[in-house]
Amino acid sequence: MAVVLSVRDLTKTFKSGSRSLTVLDSVSFDLEEGDTFSIVGPSGSGKTTLLGLCAGLDGPTRGSISLCGHDMGSLGEDERARVRNEHVGFVFQSFRLLPTLTALENVMVPAELRGRRGIVDGARDLLAEVGLGDRLGHYPTQLSGGEQQRVALARAFINKPDILFADEPTGNLDAETSAHLEEIMFRLNRTAGTTLVLVTHDAELASRTGRILRLRGGKAVEQEVVPAP
Amino acid sequence: MSMRFTASFAWRDSRGSRRRMLLFISSMVLGVAALVSINSFGDNLERAIDNEARTLLGADLSFESDNPFPDDIEALIDSIGGNQSRRTSFSSMAFFPAPGKARLATVRAHEPGYPFYGSVVTEPAGAADRYLEAAGALVDGTLMNQFEVETGDSVRIGNQTYPILGRILETPRESAAVGLFSPRIYIPLAGLDTTLTTLGSRVEYEVYFQFPDGRDADALRDSLQATLRAADVGSDTVREEQEGWSRALTNLYRFLGLVGFMSLLLGGLGVASSIHVYVKQRIATVAVLRVYGASVATTVAVYLVQAIGMGIVGALLGSFVGVGLQTLIPVLLSDFLPVDVVFAVSWPAVLLGSGIGLGVTILFTLMPLLRVRSVSPLDALRSGADEHASPLRDPWWWVATAMAASGLVAFAIIQAPDWKVGLGYSAGLAAVFLVLAGLSSLLVKGLVRFTPASLPYVIRQGVANLYRPNNQTLMMVFSLGLGTFLISTLLVSQQVLLDQLDVLGGGEQPNLIMYDIQPDQVAPVEQLLAQQGVPVMSSVPIVTMRLEAINDETIDAMREDTTQRLSWAHRREYRSTFRSTLTKSETLVEGAFQGIWDGTGAIPVSAEVDVAEELGVDLGDRITWNVQGVMLDAEITSLREVDWQRLETNFFFVFPEGALEQAPAFHVVMTRAADDEQSARLQSAVVEAYPNVSSIDLALILGVFDAIFSRIAFIIRFMALFSILTGLIVLASAVIVSRFQRMQESVLLKTLGASRHTVLQIMAVEYTVLGFVSALTGILLAIIAGWSLSYFVFEATFVLHAVPLLLLLGTVMLLTLVIGMLNSRGVYERETMDVLRSEI
Ligand SMILES: Nc1ncnc2c1ncn2[C@@H]1O[C@H](COP(=O)(O)OP(=O)(O)OP(=O)(O)O)[C@@H](O)[C@H]1O
Ligand SMILES: [Mg+2]
Repeated sequence: MAVVLSVRDLTKTFKSGSRSLTVLDSVSFDLEEGDTFSIVGPSGSGKTTLLGLCAGLDGPTRGSISLCGHDMGSLGEDERARVRNEHVGFVFQSFRLLPTLTALENVMVPAELRGRRGIVDGARDLLAEVGLGDRLGHYPTQLSGGEQQRVALARAFINKPDILFADEPTGNLDAETSAHLEEIMFRLNRTAGTTLVLVTHDAELASRTGRILRLRGGKAVEQEVVPAP
Repeated sequence: MSMRFTASFAWRDSRGSRRRMLLFISSMVLGVAALVSINSFGDNLERAIDNEARTLLGADLSFESDNPFPDDIEALIDSIGGNQSRRTSFSSMAFFPAPGKARLATVRAHEPGYPFYGSVVTEPAGAADRYLEAAGALVDGTLMNQFEVETGDSVRIGNQTYPILGRILETPRESAAVGLFSPRIYIPLAGLDTTLTTLGSRVEYEVYFQFPDGRDADALRDSLQATLRAADVGSDTVREEQEGWSRALTNLYRFLGLVGFMSLLLGGLGVASSIHVYVKQRIATVAVLRVYGASVATTVAVYLVQAIGMGIVGALLGSFVGVGLQTLIPVLLSDFLPVDVVFAVSWPAVLLGSGIGLGVTILFTLMPLLRVRSVSPLDALRSGADEHASPLRDPWWWVATAMAASGLVAFAIIQAPDWKVGLGYSAGLAAVFLVLAGLSSLLVKGLVRFTPASLPYVIRQGVANLYRPNNQTLMMVFSLGLGTFLISTLLVSQQVLLDQLDVLGGGEQPNLIMYDIQPDQVAPVEQLLAQQGVPVMSSVPIVTMRLEAINDETIDAMREDTTQRLSWAHRREYRSTFRSTLTKSETLVEGAFQGIWDGTGAIPVSAEVDVAEELGVDLGDRITWNVQGVMLDAEITSLREVDWQRLETNFFFVFPEGALEQAPAFHVVMTRAADDEQSARLQSAVVEAYPNVSSIDLALILGVFDAIFSRIAFIIRFMALFSILTGLIVLASAVIVSRFQRMQESVLLKTLGASRHTVLQIMAVEYTVLGFVSALTGILLAIIAGWSLSYFVFEATFVLHAVPLLLLLGTVMLLTLVIGMLNSRGVYERETMDVLRSEI
């Protein structure tokens, strides 16, 4: 199977003034098409930082990231943005829907950025798939938190990404809503073969993924393979 | 980059902010409106002047002279032919028997014919066609109102009495405002009391030509120029008159254009300040777009498109309002215009105004839009991601700032009469802006820093609110302050000037001047004053003379020599006096004043420093004076400085005793009347007995001063109004932009147990303090400006009347409070839940 994400010897150091703080220290892993992967660890251990680096939102201090065959380290900002647009979906802990856009329009944004046309049907289908087929014209303020996160999920899938990054996607949701959302995520992973990268505090959610990376003080202390249920 | 995405996303993203954006842009709307209306008016004015060119002069050609035309010129006039009409003008007392009052007026005595083009507009209509035959008079409307004289009453000029046939509303060559300064009376030339033109008064003789054969008046005049010059005869043609007017009026409307410039500048700053906050609120959106693969260029383009859209809407609205405003300008300025300006939309002006408006909007939004560039996709992962470094480190910020600044300077240069004025205006404005900005930031900082902890919580919280993140306090203080500054500078300098005139009129200073008194009339006039119970405070002889030569080079020779520049000082008629001492208003600066001449050698004269400089003469230079035909050789033996502001008889040249006693002289007598009534009684008594004697009282000068000042004040108030309006718009946008923040604050306060009342109080404190700081900034600066003006320009004692300034302070505070509270309506009543749910 094709390698979707390859992380080698990844190190990130933040400098503030004279002091420097190594947040990630020589992290390496590979993910293949259709893999599910979770990153866990205590608060401040560098999970979000790792996710951001993988998605090319920021550059590493050392090490390399190859995303869908693109060496992210050698690309400029706008080129990395194009790679993201073509290959990556993203879900945030705090939803991050655009407040001035309706649910449907929010879903269409990544496709429109790519200049795709005739995407309304696809977006509508995706919203129906996450159970919001009747809320197309609603604005974020008119939706509950769980509903907003489902819209965000639909948005993440509109460009049929090869890989989905989710930073604590259920962190702001109750157990039942979380379960529903996880259901949708794994279903999309199965049907479209999208690689799934989750950051989570939720041990149960982590255990549903194929592999778990445990971070502590910026080091990958453990990589475990979860036995298939 | 997908253009389609950019456009459609820009549109969708503006949802929910469109009304807000309209508010942001409304300061720009004002600026564009000002520009469009002023420039469009200017175009219409120019057209009106072109269309009515011939009525400006009322004839094809005119000659004028301070003396009766000499014989050779009379012969020339004869030979020119065509239709001719003469007029003689001079100042004289006009006595109105009905109210029993007299006033100095400009008398214009006409022959039939003039004006050949256009007409004298009167009420009742047609009076101008009758007054010559009926031996009647036409009197300026302002004068008739002042003395409550009606058509049918009479006026006496010299020893002639004329029935008033109508009031003058419009005349060729002069705008109605002339009547404010020196009201005109039209009478027939035939039957004029000629003693008035021979006894000392300055007289202007004119002849007007009409050429039914269509001769080229300009060519004719050019061929006669040398002869006319030699005889000191001036001339005027339609083309010249037209050029003169359009130059003067172009300057006027270009000055108004600078007013537009200032409001546009304020508008630009207002837009920039609103966009600054708007962009900050869009950071989350931009970050998400970046995560989903939008390039930096795309995200910047989205907001640039919005800015352009705003600019276009602003330009359109501004043009609309401007075209409407334009109908008002001719009404406001009609007194100053020689022609009726017909309303028409000038498309070039609309295009120019809206183009400049659009340009300024884009230039001013570039600076805040730069912030979009530095939004990182990481900001989507971490809310409240690191505040970015100061924009001053971003080279693009400097580029954008430099572009905005040079755009504005270029625009000021386009609008100003010439590039130096444009540059000067920009520099002056920049200086005022810097000082205001510095002062207001000091005040705000000081206020927040030094609010005593012992004050009630409500006040401390209100003051602290001025410092909330993303506040636009400085920008608001700045534009409200600028408006207050303009108004209070006006107030302060008006007070200084009025006070000075009060000083003039107060105490033992003379307040009534009588002049053109013939030598044999001096004793009887003084006697008459004594009878009326007023003192003779000074009685000064005056001899009129002209310059014949300086150091043996004649003025005529200088005139021929084109390398020399002749100034007004060479050509004018001098009114000099003789006495043995200096007066209180004179200070010797060089040489020694010689009060007596023993009759040998050159006459020692004293020159005023400015006129000496203008003539290019110094101590020891010799001047030959032509005293009504007699040549007198004089030498400058002293230079004096003269305080022209004292109501005294002041002179450019003072002769010693023993030199001019034999020359024909007239006298000036100064006195002091206890009140207006006594002054009026005195003036009519004198004019009754001695019609050739003119008088001016201080009240009249005050009136003229007031008339001039109120016109200037109007324009300055107009500027102030614009900047205060802009300040209020910035305030309204700032309040609306920070709506969500304010909601959260109030929810938090309510959750902590604050009552609705307390929340409202805090808000009121915030706005009141804002208004206070703004107004105080403006007033402080105005006091400084007023002091400098009075010290350097008016050379007067600085006085400060607190009451009008305090009133202004109160008004600005109240306005700020009202606008702030109105725009906050609803903010503080929102349900707590709403705020918790939304994540805007
Ligand atoms: N721009 C930055 N500059 C300095 N330090 C940073 C920066 N970004 C993150 N950090 C630090 O890096 C460390 C890791 O942060 P990160 O957000 O990756 O943690 P996390 O594992 O996601 O924590 P949480 O579970 O609380 O979200 C933290 O100590 C954080 O303070
Ligand atoms: Mg995190």
